[in-house]
Amino acid sequence: MTSTDELLAIDGVTKAYPGVVANSDVSFRIRKGEVHALLGENGAGKSTLVKTIYGLVRPDAGTMTLDGQPYAPADPSAARQAGVAMVFQHFSLFDALSVAENIALGMETPPKRRVLARRIREVSEAYGLPLAPGRRVGDLSAGERQRVEIVRCLLQNPRLLIMDEPTSVLTPQEVEILFRTLRQLSAEGTAILYISHKLDEIRTLCDGATILRHGKVVGDCVPRETSARDMAEMMVAAKLDMPVKTPAAPGPEVLAVNALSLPAQGQFGTALKEIGFTVAAGEILGIGGVAGNGQDELFAVLSGETRTEPDTVTFEGAPVGRLGPHERRALGLLSAPEERLGHAAAPEMSLADNALMTAARRMGLAPGGWIDRRGVRAYAEKVIAAFDVRTPGPQTAAGALSGGNLQKFVVGREVMQDPRLLIVNQPTWGVDAAAAAHIRKALIRLAEQGAALIVISQDLDELMEISDRITAICDGRMVRPRPAAGLGMNDLGLMLGGRDPEEEAAA
Amino acid sequence: MDISLINLIPLLMAASTPILLAGLGELVVEKSGVLNLGVEGMMITGAITGFMAAVSTGSPALGFLGGAAGGAVLALVFGVLTQGLMSNQVATGLALTLFGLGLSALLGQSFTGLKPPHTPDLHLPVLSDLPVIGPMLFRHDAMVYLSLVALVAVWAFLRHSRPGLILRAVGENHAAAHALGYRVTRIRLLAIVFGGAMAGLGGAYLSLVRVPQWTEGMTAGAGWIALALVVFAAWRPVPLLIGAYLFGGITVLQLNMQAAGVNVPVELLSMSPYLVTILVLVVMSALGAAAGAPGSLGRAFHASR
Repeated sequence: MTSTDELLAIDGVTKAYPGVVANSDVSFRIRKGEVHALLGENGAGKSTLVKTIYGLVRPDAGTMTLDGQPYAPADPSAARQAGVAMVFQHFSLFDALSVAENIALGMETPPKRRVLARRIREVSEAYGLPLAPGRRVGDLSAGERQRVEIVRCLLQNPRLLIMDEPTSVLTPQEVEILFRTLRQLSAEGTAILYISHKLDEIRTLCDGATILRHGKVVGDCVPRETSARDMAEMMVAAKLDMPVKTPAAPGPEVLAVNALSLPAQGQFGTALKEIGFTVAAGEILGIGGVAGNGQDELFAVLSGETRTEPDTVTFEGAPVGRLGPHERRALGLLSAPEERLGHAAAPEMSLADNALMTAARRMGLAPGGWIDRRGVRAYAEKVIAAFDVRTPGPQTAAGALSGGNLQKFVVGREVMQDPRLLIVNQPTWGVDAAAAAHIRKALIRLAEQGAALIVISQDLDELMEISDRITAICDGRMVRPRPAAGLGMNDLGLMLGGRDPEEEAAA
Repeated sequence: MDISLINLIPLLMAASTPILLAGLGELVVEKSGVLNLGVEGMMITGAITGFMAAVSTGSPALGFLGGAAGGAVLALVFGVLTQGLMSNQVATGLALTLFGLGLSALLGQSFTGLKPPHTPDLHLPVLSDLPVIGPMLFRHDAMVYLSLVALVAVWAFLRHSRPGLILRAVGENHAAAHALGYRVTRIRLLAIVFGGAMAGLGGAYLSLVRVPQWTEGMTAGAGWIALALVVFAAWRPVPLLIGAYLFGGITVLQLNMQAAGVNVPVELLSMSPYLVTILVLVVMSALGAAAGAPGSLGRAFHASR
């Protein structure tokens, strides 16, 4: 590597927060036009590192060099002036503002409104990312919203583009468009720092990779020449035990949903349209789909948060559409919602209290209305032990746990109640590889014991790994479920778009 | 008394001005994502500090300045508590109202019964001399025009200027605005101080022009009406103007009807401005596109999260 070829050099960057060292003596190099991956588990220090490069965090020690010049941005504005742009994991967009306004906010000296609108059109078309400048961002799909972020960066002709988990919300087709854009940028000489959990993506896209663990660089590799498994094992420093699903012989039908239609709730809600499906004992039904296509609404109907006509949802032959979550739990129909903080768990309350809230009835933790403290504690400890939740103890506040650990607890809390049917929404969202494997294995084991499972997820690899049958939800409609065995990524892509691969093939 | 448009409209405009001023200030504050329930307290503080300044200097202009300063200082207390010390906005705002009411009563003890210097009407060449329209629209004091200029300025600022766009962005999603490098706390503090100054101006208009004298608790809920108008106007300046003038108009109309001895119970007449304003605005916000509240309204922001 020659020095003229080098764009960004990071040397010995260290950043400590009270109680944690986020980055410890991190050094690596990025060449001009290189697509460089930054790999690591949750909490490995990737986010802190890119925030340092983007001027949001100031390092305690260490230096950065950009194009031969010392580089120490005081704030994001200085970073942008130096040619560093960033696309955030949780989009830094403003729903109520228009595309053009959102883009203007991310620029140092935005041109006049009309000029800006024209440049947005030019740039977005040149990179195959069409965008209408006047539309309200709140009305856009996840893929379109990401385009806004990317176009905002491109308008400033960045020399380094940082992308934090860009594909977690995209369909396979959208990912392909994104990769085409990134390759075009890289060919034009823009370096890209790419952060992702998805090792297959990194293998197809990236030229080099740096692997972080506990804030330290533990290795680097050329992703094209390294297997996904080897990279994952470098990340966690352990042999990964991948779950294996053996197809089950379907048992008796446990849950049936018949002609479920539901008008949209609120401004950004999705209407459910004529949804019908069944799940059998011992079976895992995977429901894919891009976020915001009706998953949350469907989940609420199944868990009992939204009530319907009695016959719309039947559980073991009995109509349960009118029953609320508590009555359904008593019958053995359990659910674990998506948002860990706020929906699935109360962050300020202890793990024991959080366990009590869903397990009170089935585990008999509140006989006669009085809380059995010892029983609650024992149950929480049982979940913690069985699911390897890393925490000081059941009295720790749920909000103090890392995302992966809390997710293990939230799923474990339901699995340990011996459900007849378990519905999980995004079981491993934002969870690192080891914890995700643990959760998936637990779900598979539960199905093997004869429970029916419905797994709603945006992660297609996950669905392929654990499901017996897969369906997808698109704009509130459900595609006909199909056996997972023999489904390809292309078929799945079609299903996410609301089309039936068999019919497409026949047409 | 004669109930005619020529008589009513000038009274209406004067009656609406305090609410319009305070409402515009609160609109900017809420657009930046801060909910300040202390409008009533800032208004009454502005009413007494403005009154004191005007009486002791003999200048109405300095009086209005004093009112704005009084409101701004009280707002700054709110700003330091909520933005610096992360106190709860709702509780702090309510405390600010109680504090303002008490503080103004204390300050105003020796000012009860005094008469402030007269605020002259502004004579606009040509316009004021127009028949019918002249006496109706163009024979007001400077503050009435200032409130309308402020309305246009706030509208243009929010809609067309870059600082206005940044302010809206901060109110919409403070985490994203921070990630883009904008100083959320500083922008909010500036908005809060502006809101306080506008509420103080509105209060001073009450004690210097509308009444004009100092009485304890003289705002009588005007600050709360301004607060409600902002919500019902869906955080848009023009509906705010309509709401403020409607409220002022019906206040004036019902007073005239009471004076004229119309055969309607006085209680009903007295409550009519509140009832009608709220009804009309509820209908308006129900019909209008559901322009929601600023996304981060009332939520505390700390850069480390």
